[in-house]
Amino acid sequence: MGTISNFARRLLAGPYVLWAVLFIIAPMLFVAYYAFTDANGAFSLDSILGLGKFSDIILRSAWYSVLATAICLLLAYPAALILVKMKTRTQATLVMLIMLPMWMSFLIRTYAWITILQNEGLINFALDWLNLPRLSMINTPGAVILAMVYNYLPYMIIPLYNVLSKLDHSLLEASQDLGANSLRSLTRVTLPLSLPGIAAGITMVFVPSISTFYISQKMSTGNILMIGDIIERQFMISYNYNMGAAISLVLMVVIIVTMMAMRRFTENSGEVVV
Amino acid sequence: MKQNRLIDLRNISVKLGGNQILQDMNLYIRDKEFVTLLGPSGCGKTTTLRLIAGFLQPDSGDIFFEGKSINNEPPHKRQVNTIFQRYALFPHLNVFDNIAFGLRLQKKKKSEIKKRAEKMLSLVNLNGFGEREVNSLSGGQQQRVAIARALAVEPRVLLLDEPLGALDLKLRKDMQLELKKIQRRMGITFVYVTHDQEEALSMSDTVVVMDGGIIQQIGTPIDIYNEPVNAFVADFIGESNIVDGVMLGDNRVRFSGHDFDCLDAGFAKNEEVDVVVRPEDVDVFTPSEHTMLKGQVTTNTFKGVHFEMIVDIGGFLWMIQTTQYHPVGAQVGLSIEPNAIHVMKKSQYSGMFGDYSCYTEEYYELSEPGAE
Repeated sequence: MGTISNFARRLLAGPYVLWAVLFIIAPMLFVAYYAFTDANGAFSLDSILGLGKFSDIILRSAWYSVLATAICLLLAYPAALILVKMKTRTQATLVMLIMLPMWMSFLIRTYAWITILQNEGLINFALDWLNLPRLSMINTPGAVILAMVYNYLPYMIIPLYNVLSKLDHSLLEASQDLGANSLRSLTRVTLPLSLPGIAAGITMVFVPSISTFYISQKMSTGNILMIGDIIERQFMISYNYNMGAAISLVLMVVIIVTMMAMRRFTENSGEVVV
Repeated sequence: MKQNRLIDLRNISVKLGGNQILQDMNLYIRDKEFVTLLGPSGCGKTTTLRLIAGFLQPDSGDIFFEGKSINNEPPHKRQVNTIFQRYALFPHLNVFDNIAFGLRLQKKKKSEIKKRAEKMLSLVNLNGFGEREVNSLSGGQQQRVAIARALAVEPRVLLLDEPLGALDLKLRKDMQLELKKIQRRMGITFVYVTHDQEEALSMSDTVVVMDGGIIQQIGTPIDIYNEPVNAFVADFIGESNIVDGVMLGDNRVRFSGHDFDCLDAGFAKNEEVDVVVRPEDVDVFTPSEHTMLKGQVTTNTFKGVHFEMIVDIGGFLWMIQTTQYHPVGAQVGLSIEPNAIHVMKKSQYSGMFGDYSCYTEEYYELSEPGAE
């Protein structure tokens, strides 16, 4: 009987395994294949060795994503702390409002920022009206990072909110009881116990940030390029699949390393939260 | 017990979510005293503890600590520490770091912290457990860590919120003794919250019986047991037969159709009262024709130390504990010594605690499964 049910179970898993092989494993192997071959399909390290000329773009992407993630964390943590102190019904409403922008297309949200920030946009219109000098906001790194923060902030707030709302309140009372003021309770109890949420939030903001290509293009009219943009260019403009694959490989490595590092965090303190 | 008042609660009222939790409460706690707040759930005992700890502000009234109002003092500045119901140990810290938590906040020297934490571990018999994760410990061990953690910062008062509630009976008995020992050795004040009357009687210097947000009685365990002020206290502490009576004058009371000598005085003539007689204070014998108080045994259960009988005396079912065996159905004679009779003024609780008839029905089924 055991063998039959085992067999049945394997059979049931079949479609998923097939799916994973076809659409996840195979594409990754293709990426690796293209990255290590030349246009004729012969083994070559040219693309990998040629990555050097994109190093500033790769570094910039990483730097902007780190900044966007850090800003998200700094905005989201207090927000989540305030959120969990509210009445349960208010909490539910606010969580829904936080998620609400995610129901709209990513495109529309980004375009909305363009109309706000551009030279003839809403802010400059308001400045004109107030007789103040115009600001040049679009086309700046600030605009790119702002759009990333805006788009990905909910992905930081929600995991933080989840972990903080499950935090046992008596632990905070215990820490106050033992002589910790609010700040000390925050740094010595709340913060360490919310590490899994922080790690999840960082992963969920950093990964899409570093791989985005649309936000940077639109917010800088193509002047500020990020990894995603140059990958797109290699495939769609230069038709250099090998170089595109090599850059993708770099991106994949960065993402995998980030996720592994964050998962480590979650696992170590994960048991603690349960 | 002539020490100073350490904590003084004056005219405290607390309302939570529209419910009156505490009503004009007055209570003082002496230095080095073991005080137990005893009552059924919802009586306001935990609220009282949280007021002292500072987690809750009274709607009206004042809390004094050594004569100074601490109403506006936040919990982290009060010289009291709490043992929480479910211990509230920090799961991200090991046993040692849990105990050192408060000491580190006090910016003590590293060597001093280590010394103190080790001392606390040995106080609660957990030598060598410092490196263990708190989640790997049993309930009893976690309890000990919580005690060590709270005592490490040398509080003046330790507040304990049903600390033994989650432990099994055997462990609970051991911990009762141990807590009492720790209290004596540390020489600090314990304020202990429980709904277990036996625990309250065996550990406390002073018992505060509460119900409905009001203190019913404050006294030594012996006072509370022997001289309950009303039917609630009499019923809540131990087993008791509570019957209606009439004071015929000083030291003379009538109940169950007979007149008895008693030690109670100061009531109005013919005042209606509640009379309490503890089950172990009734003498049972074989009746003769001169016997005044008679009853019929309806059930008899062997309890080891004694027999526990339900005796029908003129329609009122009494619980009586005796070492002599009287079969079910037997007529017995009963006598009650004057000092075994306790007379209480009528209160809102009068008549709420009837006889042992509910008890009896259960017993009929248990002891005579074949009947009918």
